[in-house]
Amino acid sequence: MTKIFETPLYPYARHPDQDAAAPPRHKVVILGAGPVGLAAAIDLAQRGVPVVVLDENDRVSSGSRAICFAKRTLEILDRLGCGDVAVNTGVTWNKGRVFFDERDIFEFNLLPEDGHNRPAFINLQQYYLEQFLVERVQALAAEGKPVEIRGRNRVEAIGRHSDHVRLEIETPEGPYELHADWLIACDGANSPTRRMMGLDFVGRVFEDNFLIADVVMKADFPTERWFWFDPPFNRGQSALLHRQPDNVWRIDLQLGWDIDREAEKHPDRVIPRLKAMLGEDVAFGLEWVSIYTFQCRRMEKFRHGRVLFAGDAAHQVSPFGARGANSGLQDTDNLCWKLALVLDGRAPEDLLDSYDWERVYGADENIMNSTRATEFITPKSEISRVFRDAVLDLASQHDFARPLVNSGRLSVPCIYDDGPLNSDDCAGLPARTRPGAPLPDAPLADGWLLGALGQGFSLLAIDTDCSDAAQRFGVDVLTLNAQDNPLLAERYLGTQSGAVYLVRPDHHVAARWPDYDAAAVETALRRATCAHGGLNV
Amino acid sequence: MSDLNLHRNLTDPDGFYANLMAVHDGLSKAESDALNARLILILANHIGDEALLAQALHTALDIAPRAE
Ligand SMILES: Cc1cc2nc3c(=O)[nH]c(=O)nc-3n(C[C@H](O)[C@H](O)[C@H](O)COP(=O)(O)OP(=O)(O)OC[C@H]3O[C@@H](n4cnc5c(N)ncnc54)[C@H](O)[C@@H]3O)c2cc1C
Repeated sequence: MTKIFETPLYPYARHPDQDAAAPPRHKVVILGAGPVGLAAAIDLAQRGVPVVVLDENDRVSSGSRAICFAKRTLEILDRLGCGDVAVNTGVTWNKGRVFFDERDIFEFNLLPEDGHNRPAFINLQQYYLEQFLVERVQALAAEGKPVEIRGRNRVEAIGRHSDHVRLEIETPEGPYELHADWLIACDGANSPTRRMMGLDFVGRVFEDNFLIADVVMKADFPTERWFWFDPPFNRGQSALLHRQPDNVWRIDLQLGWDIDREAEKHPDRVIPRLKAMLGEDVAFGLEWVSIYTFQCRRMEKFRHGRVLFAGDAAHQVSPFGARGANSGLQDTDNLCWKLALVLDGRAPEDLLDSYDWERVYGADENIMNSTRATEFITPKSEISRVFRDAVLDLASQHDFARPLVNSGRLSVPCIYDDGPLNSDDCAGLPARTRPGAPLPDAPLADGWLLGALGQGFSLLAIDTDCSDAAQRFGVDVLTLNAQDNPLLAERYLGTQSGAVYLVRPDHHVAARWPDYDAAAVETALRRATCAHGGLNV
Repeated sequence: MSDLNLHRNLTDPDGFYANLMAVHDGLSKAESDALNARLILILANHIGDEALLAQALHTALDIAPRAE
């Protein structure tokens, strides 16, 4: 059977733009059809913004690459119309187990609480996610939305102008040029855009190599994340085993720094390593093998005039914590509504600087978390190994030490505390829903809170009334009753008897009050859209 | 925020010191290092107050080492 990643999903086809006398002008060009570029394309197309995606390739990522998708990402995918297919195809899991040396030292549950539509995590090969996103782009195009992906279109040069970006593109039938009002660079960790613009990408290289193998086997390991510190089959190093759909298992073996990378990728070397781990009599096949080194780094700024960087192009983290693809989707979730408002003339360009502020903040949090995990997994001095092993020894017997065990803090969305778009807060309302925080889901009588929100700004009116706000500000008003809904009350009311929340299109809280005050809502909306003059959200 | 207590707080200093030495009896350097690390982690968790622990870390760091 041909694998999905061997099939051209958006094969090259000649476009009339290639025969234009003068370079055609587009509102938004997205460079890169990885998960981040595709998510951006869907988000913008759903908002009616015309968008062209260019990729030098014509198919999805080969190999599973990113496999763990967090609840927040699934909620974003719901808004993009791909949540169900991802969850139905993926493997839902919430248990992890930690081994040290030969001992199974403890297990943990990541499912934080009830009352969410989406699970804490699913595992899904990146090629499936990309396939679903490509299919969604194609479905939107079929509905007449202004979106297209141009396969085997490689960008070779970029020219920056005050009001547009000029792109030189190479295709199998020769070069052509495009002009774009805005360019979103989602061209991955080696971002040619970044290189062509001469921008820095500074951070730390970790001197370590990881063997990543996708193994097809019928095994009766449970659907749990298994992590080994210093196991007998990989002495002095770490190992990870994680289930994906279709009986594919992700195996991650730390190899250390001084290795021959090409030789280690050879099946003659890989298979004995896997047998040592899985047992001599487990039958398996190799789907994909790769050797991975990693870095934690980011660009200094994600916005450079009319070029906006997102995903791996803007920041890179270690794989521990599954923060690569998850954080990239949070970038586009943050960016697209802002860019749509700017393109519509409903917000000034300054709004895009808040993308830079908020996602740089998010990237720093991700880099901090993944650096800490890396240092726990690979102690960098003798004393750090002594403490690491002491934590693991204690954790096998005492609960208190288990939170110190760090095999990767799995991706959670960040809270934009002190973010430039936040306004009023109110004492007595729960800390978790403060301005800057992403909305936690909650069950409603006929569905889920997040599913009830639209594409724009919303006001949640909980046990209070703000019915004139819809007409006055053009926002969606969701009137909710927390009387018989303890989870809604716990997450949104705290000790108050009612509350009004102003929610951004990316479902982060902009401001909140104990009751409705039209003037306060107007001020908060202005701040959340950087509106200087008229308000028009 | 409570302050780190740097005043006398042990009722039987000699007894505590003897116990501390006794648990290290017969251990290799590596085993003693591991025990010390476990001990620090156990005590840190018991104290729980991160600000206080930060004071303790700095107090330990700021003692001028004995001239060699
Ligand atoms: C070997 C490997 C293993 C990984 N494992 C994990 C993991 O276990 N967990 C995890 O969370 N993350 C993992 N990652 C990272 C994860 O895959 C990325 O975070 C994610 O793919 C980022 O998505 P992106 O859309 O930003 O970039 P990419 O997926 O890299 O997409 C970039 C796109 O840009 C296109 N492009 C580049 N240059 C040009 C050009 N000049 N013209 C046109 N198109 C261009 C490329 O063809 C590509 O489609 C792994 C990555 C690799 C390489």
